Amino acid sequence: MKNADAKQQPPRRTGPAITAVTTVWLVLMVATGLTAWLIEGRPLSPAVSTTGAMLIACFKARLVAMHFMELHDAPPPWRWLFEAWILGCTAFVLAGWWLA
Amino acid sequence: MPGSPTMRDAARRLPGDAGLWLFIAADTAAFGVFFLIFTAGRAEQPALYRESAQLLNAELGLLNTLLLLTSGWLMALAVKAARERDRPLLVRRLKQAILVASGFAASKAWEYTAKMEAGITLLTNEFFAYYYIFTGIHFLHYLVGVAVLLLTLSKARQQPLDAGLQSWTESAASYWHMVDLLWILLFPVVYLQR
Repeated sequence: MKNADAKQQPPRRTGPAITAVTTVWLVLMVATGLTAWLIEGRPLSPAVSTTGAMLIACFKARLVAMHFMELHDAPPPWRWLFEAWILGCTAFVLAGWWLA
Repeated sequence: MPGSPTMRDAARRLPGDAGLWLFIAADTAAFGVFFLIFTAGRAEQPALYRESAQLLNAELGLLNTLLLLTSGWLMALAVKAARERDRPLLVRRLKQAILVASGFAASKAWEYTAKMEAGITLLTNEFFAYYYIFTGIHFLHYLVGVAVLLLTLSKARQQPLDAGLQSWTESAASYWHMVDLLWILLFPVVYLQR
């Protein structure tokens, strides 16, 4: 391990102390808290809580795909593929719920 | 011209190994099929699915979401540390990501045990068959992910932090984020449709 360490360059910083991914993580935490409020909120109808929970999940999935998986910097076809998958799954599940 | 659209397009790349991304695409597509199957089943028996879903512990599902999101965030920070060639920070972030992720296994073990003890099994009804199959397949993905993170931690401790280890860490993170991504959608689909 010492030999390996000797080959290392000193750390080079690539961004600010509060990184973009940390901001994204905070937004994801708040969005999950909003989901908790939606599903525990007694006055809300099933339609509102189910639709809200799916739309929040769609928003969170997109944040993870674009910022954690770094698809915002990926070749466009890859980005479109995952955007379509997230939106398509959300739309199909919601359509199924409303039609049922 | 630096910064021009052409230069930016040329610099666009997937993090980690390109081959892994084919697997990630195929795996997410498979979960898309799971969602289709579940939604079609629910459309035929909405009352059964609604009543069955209410027997699931949504609070535990929310906790699992928080654990996976936080572990994913720590893994994203691990990738940043690898790119900055900061080995101590990389090792620390990997340990933190694994530690937080371990809460998911404990939570799922608790959840499955409670369901079994309540007499709810794979054979109870169609909803619970899908519940065990889809969350079980996701849990297998999680176990593979934890094994990959442990292997990455071992490499980070023993190998020089060069472009190869950076690429490995990016690949491990991409897989781990996929596990997170799948859970984010699987959770409301199975647990939260009222």
